[in-house]
Amino acid sequence: MNHATEEQLVLLYYGEAPEQAEIEQHLAGCEECRAGYRALQAVLNTVDSAPVPERGPEYGQAVWQRIEKRVPRRRGLRWTAWWIWAPALAALLVAAFLAGRFTRPATSDVASSGQVKERILLVAVGDHLDRSQMVLAELSNAPEGKGDIDISDERERAEELLEDNRLYRITASTSGEAGMASVLDDLERVLMEIAHSPSEISNDQLEDLQRDIRERGLLFKVRVLGTQVREQENKPILKASKNRL
Amino acid sequence: MDADDGAAVERARSGDSDAFRLLVERHSRNVFRLAFRMTGNEHDAEDVVQETFLRAFRRLDKYETRSSFGTWLFRIASNYSLDLLRSRKRREDKRERSLPEQPDILESMPAPNPGPDRVVYSGQVQGRVQAALDELTEQERTAFVLRHFEGLSIEEIGNVLGTGTNATKHSVFRAVQKLRRSLEPLVGAAK
Repeated sequence: MNHATEEQLVLLYYGEAPEQAEIEQHLAGCEECRAGYRALQAVLNTVDSAPVPERGPEYGQAVWQRIEKRVPRRRGLRWTAWWIWAPALAALLVAAFLAGRFTRPATSDVASSGQVKERILLVAVGDHLDRSQMVLAELSNAPEGKGDIDISDERERAEELLEDNRLYRITASTSGEAGMASVLDDLERVLMEIAHSPSEISNDQLEDLQRDIRERGLLFKVRVLGTQVREQENKPILKASKNRL
Repeated sequence: MDADDGAAVERARSGDSDAFRLLVERHSRNVFRLAFRMTGNEHDAEDVVQETFLRAFRRLDKYETRSSFGTWLFRIASNYSLDLLRSRKRREDKRERSLPEQPDILESMPAPNPGPDRVVYSGQVQGRVQAALDELTEQERTAFVLRHFEGLSIEEIGNVLGTGTNATKHSVFRAVQKLRRSLEPLVGAAK
């Protein structure tokens, strides 16, 4: 065979070369390729010299103790486990509603079951905005600490809100609700930033997050959108279906 | 999947928190090792370990038992580590833009010219290895760490990264090429 390529040598090192035996045979008789392989081994052995801090056999128990309180009780996917599927179901219902709502003109002045659904679903969006607002407000008002600041609770909630937010944003966008989509887009970026932050952050990191929220005017935008949704929600049911957000 | 893991996952799914505790105790050290290799620091690695198990618990219903539970955890841990690295990079970029230029740490390291034994086994080499790993792209780093340190097959790494066999091989290969370029001068000096 021709000289072994660098890629073949790498795969040989990891035992992943399809033509393993053939390459080994070639190396046995080719000093140039053998030298190349030795050089590769030397580098990869050096990489191994970077140490990893030791964790003893009791480490797993320590990890469990740290997370135990944050692991919610599961009872399987039954009615009692509503907290698992309720937000996702609400999001799906809203998506279905918005998609249908803007493709059909509302012509009837009679309160239909659709209008009742609309009311229920507006409540879901309103709740989503309320919950998002709470996370943003908590972080915006968090005081600087002496050491790291624990935002694990806000982070967990941001992660939960993210999926619903994505669904609402896409639906708002495809339904021509540009204003709502734009606010939800801004909200999504910040929720993602929070969800991907470490559970404990430094004052500088907190300040970065607060600046991001402030510069986007996000708290104000979410509050205004929330108010609009609530107003829509509280309008008499016969008129509600005629008004867009 | 490991039969013990399979039974524990089933019990955890039906609400048995002791079963989930078993899984945490069984896999924590492996997840920590991976997280440390990915993030390069202990504090972040601890954060990755906790978050990996919390996310795993929330997503237990999405876990497909045909793959190993350990590999599934690695997938969650790798993704979260990457999120953390991205988030860290964004913050560092912001900070760099607001601070006067700082000298490059690598530049300030002494050249590797003292006795070979001193060079190879010194903290400088470890620093260089870490810096070389930091130079890899996210995909290259994940692929390399999973292949080199954790011994996952190309196929398993592809499952973690969501890439095909060829793309995964290329990621490992490119990572090794870059590491060679960064570290060969050191290794050469040590000979």
